[in-house]
Amino acid sequence: MSGAKKSDGGTPEAEWAGLMRAGLSSDGASYRLLLEEIVPRLRKFAAGGLARAGIGNGDAEDVVQEILLAIHLKRQTWMTDQPFLPWLNAISRHKLIDVMRRCGRRGEVPIEGLIDILPDESAAPETSQSELTRLVGLLDGKQQAIVLAISLNGASIRDTAAKLGMSEVAVRVGFHRGLKKLAALYRDGSAA
Amino acid sequence: MKTGGLIAALSADRPEPARSPLRAMLIAVFAGALIAGALLMLTLRPRPDFMQAMMTLRFDFKFAVTLLLAASAFIVLRDMARPEVQRSRLRLALFAAPLLLLVAVVLELFAVPQAQWAGKLVGHNMRFCTAFIPLFSLGPLVLMLWALRRGAPANPARAGAIAGLVAGGIGAAFYAAHCFDDSPLFVATWYTLAIAFVTGLGALLGSRLLRW
Repeated sequence: MSGAKKSDGGTPEAEWAGLMRAGLSSDGASYRLLLEEIVPRLRKFAAGGLARAGIGNGDAEDVVQEILLAIHLKRQTWMTDQPFLPWLNAISRHKLIDVMRRCGRRGEVPIEGLIDILPDESAAPETSQSELTRLVGLLDGKQQAIVLAISLNGASIRDTAAKLGMSEVAVRVGFHRGLKKLAALYRDGSAA
Repeated sequence: MKTGGLIAALSADRPEPARSPLRAMLIAVFAGALIAGALLMLTLRPRPDFMQAMMTLRFDFKFAVTLLLAASAFIVLRDMARPEVQRSRLRLALFAAPLLLLVAVVLELFAVPQAQWAGKLVGHNMRFCTAFIPLFSLGPLVLMLWALRRGAPANPARAGAIAGLVAGGIGAAFYAAHCFDDSPLFVATWYTLAIAFVTGLGALLGSRLLRW
């Protein structure tokens, strides 16, 4: 499902803003399409940023996943009447800087205009032994079971609820809290 | 975990329609004002001649300048909750209250003979002022930071500082209802000091609590 359309021609701004707007009004399919379409851009951004900072880009996919999580948890901070790309870039940059700090690099890294200069590396292979997998292991029992079922095995909320003997609402809440917890785990640098 | 799996999971996560931080910020303002008001009634209470004082320009000015500060800082803070805003385009609004205060100070210096300047500045209860404004501001500050955690401030410390200005303005407005010192000279000195403290506290807390 990683076959995102390449919109090499014009900027994807209008298309992505439209998808995001739909996504914010609970259109799951649009939202998913948006996330899939931005991943190549995030990969480029992460790989280039890490390379520039002299950090091996083996962690690039971890950075991509952390950015995706931040985009998701902070999606309501995008104002629907504002351009989408500056918002996306700001979140990406914020998370990349975060990762660099954790890697022990102090100070400002020149990231302005990074996206334009990046080597045109084709998509990094998706790792399965990711940082995220490790962090999911740090969640407590119920949350871990929910997050694993939904994100690793692709189970639906309903199936997960049935399997774990919980109400759907409880699964939804537990899942959302689990995601927030994951973002916090990233942030507190349990990495490295 | 594969990125595709993560995306599928994120698309499945819709606990409730995502609420904008603005709503939480508005709640924080009103709930914070309620707390500050309740604290005022429980501790110092409004001065006994409150109604008469309302007829005097200097007394009313204290509310004008503190509420102007809170309102202008709130407008800027709305921007600061967004990740792509390093500096709000509206940040010049922050100068409104200090400017108004400056004008009032100049007018006061003309209106009052020089011999009384020092007395007006020192006032009667500067200790109360510098202690109770931060106290009344604490509720609004905590609530505002809580609201901002829904946002994604590009600069957490700066957003915290602006939240401190909002909270300090609210706290100072409630304190003003008790305060007997109405001279702009007093306000410019001690209110400013107290609000600066709240602003610093906001920056400190913000740099910790508003990371995302």
